Amino acid sequence: MELELKELRADLQSLTQSLPDPSHHALLRKIQLRVEDLANLAAAAPVRRSKVEDMSAEVVDSNPYSRLMALQRMGIVENYERIRDFSVAIVGIGGVGSVAAEMLTRCGIGRLLLYDYDKVELANMNRLFFRPDQVGMTKTDAAVQTLSDINPDVVLESYTLNITTVTGFETFMSSLKNKSFRPDKQGSGVDLVLSCVDNYEARMAVNQACNELSQTWMESGVSEDAVSGHIQLLIPGETACFACAPPLVVASGVDERTLKREGVCAASLPTTMGVVAGLLVQNTLKLLLGFGQVSPYLGYNSLKDFFPTMQMKPNPQCSNVACLKRQEEYMLAKPARDAAAKAKMEAEAPTEEGPLHQDNEWNISVVDDIELDIPDTRSSDVLPEGLTHELPTADEFHKATLDAPVVDNDDLEDLRRQLEAINSA
Amino acid sequence: MEGWDPNTKSTLTQIPLLTRKAGPRDGAAWTQRLKEEYKSLIAYTQMNKSNDNDWFRISAANPQGTRWTGKCWYVYNLLKYEFDLQFDIPVTYPSTAPELELPQLDGKTQKMYRGGKICLTVHFKPLWAKNCPRFGIAHALCLGLAPWLAAEVPILVDSGMIKHKDDTATTSTES
Ligand SMILES: [Zn+2]
Repeated sequence: MELELKELRADLQSLTQSLPDPSHHALLRKIQLRVEDLANLAAAAPVRRSKVEDMSAEVVDSNPYSRLMALQRMGIVENYERIRDFSVAIVGIGGVGSVAAEMLTRCGIGRLLLYDYDKVELANMNRLFFRPDQVGMTKTDAAVQTLSDINPDVVLESYTLNITTVTGFETFMSSLKNKSFRPDKQGSGVDLVLSCVDNYEARMAVNQACNELSQTWMESGVSEDAVSGHIQLLIPGETACFACAPPLVVASGVDERTLKREGVCAASLPTTMGVVAGLLVQNTLKLLLGFGQVSPYLGYNSLKDFFPTMQMKPNPQCSNVACLKRQEEYMLAKPARDAAAKAKMEAEAPTEEGPLHQDNEWNISVVDDIELDIPDTRSSDVLPEGLTHELPTADEFHKATLDAPVVDNDDLEDLRRQLEAINSA
Repeated sequence: MEGWDPNTKSTLTQIPLLTRKAGPRDGAAWTQRLKEEYKSLIAYTQMNKSNDNDWFRISAANPQGTRWTGKCWYVYNLLKYEFDLQFDIPVTYPSTAPELELPQLDGKTQKMYRGGKICLTVHFKPLWAKNCPRFGIAHALCLGLAPWLAAEVPILVDSGMIKHKDDTATTSTES
């Protein structure tokens, strides 16, 4: 741009000199002024910041990471720079996912994988992140555009697909398995999957993938009436999976019978979504960087400003086969886990207090009385106050028929032809 | 079955139930399930025809039976309004129901998610979850699409959002 403007100026100059007729000079002068305007505009265009090789703790206004590295100096985080090693997959780049992606990008996360099949619409503008000039772009591409401007250090991968379809799911699985970012990493190619989708079908697909890959993930959700939300940590085999029990949601306290659903599908607020995205990424940072307490389940009821918490153990009768496999592995690894925990306790014994307790001089406990272990959450009467099941459990019916021998001699092709025959009759 | 009209209820009870819990990634078990889906769809379509209530056509769009396409229609004020119908069988099927799409109506009604996926009533998902894996494609059409068309087509026609295909005087838009 700069070079082209310079040459345009030179061309104009020589044209002015070679034209003997002075009647053209006024017009040429006008063109020259326009070129100057363009040059000024170009100079004022936003500058992309260059990549940063190492995260520095130096407090200068040109260092994008100084305030984050200060967490390390203050003793909150042991090694902040580790954040550059982590890969996080975000499924659903909507009101929660896009904000979570921006937060992680500003925190300097190593790599983000973004999944969505949708496009940016004007109807999304009541939420954060996307801009009106991005309408029509895929959400993943628009997100990459904004995020790479904010922080070019983050490796961004965008996947425009629907993970609930067979082909979308296969691509989703193989992208999670890809280890090219950090070939020496244990397990899958990502450290955490964040589910920021708005429907049960997609959550179940994320659950399926994570159970199969033994991948830790976090689920997030905002209610369709926009006034409550939740985040949940899921570690296959160790905690309940998303299919172990019907999904838990925060009861908004609004009477279902007075809630008017005619003519609308769902409402949304940037505030509730922003709060849930904040809770989700805070839990993510705590999990990845190893500080504070990671919440297994945290609800948010915005009407009452109430935050119920709880934890759920896996259901030994879970309908998800991969979940049962992970539960079995977790049980088998128990002796090794106990030994490691004992060794860790002994190693830490001489030091009196951890840094977490130093400034808690009033001994305020963060564990509240509604926290309880729920091994099997079939009956909703054992749920903590303010939480409720979104769906009922499947009837026992299928258990008996599941292993029934195949007795039918029907031919698939024959059945297909039968349906076609009726269809065209 | 609270919240359902008696017609839907009595139709539903006549659609054959399925038994195999298998999704499109379950290999041979899915083939068995697919056979059950066909039997159930054949019975439902036949039933509709004999009750003079024929209202959809659906066939598998690929050999794996994971994508389905067809038509559905609704008669309002003696005029027939027909729409393309399509859906994928989700990887977590039958724990989750297929999301039924009417792409031609995308953006024309609030009772629809992006891509033309119909917005189901609060009663659908709980009933589906409770009856997994007994409900199949035929049940999804009966419980999801039929009530949706009955509720939304009159609104779409009355508000002028859709026109009958023979109504060429005002617009050339196909309905
Ligand atoms: Zn489970």
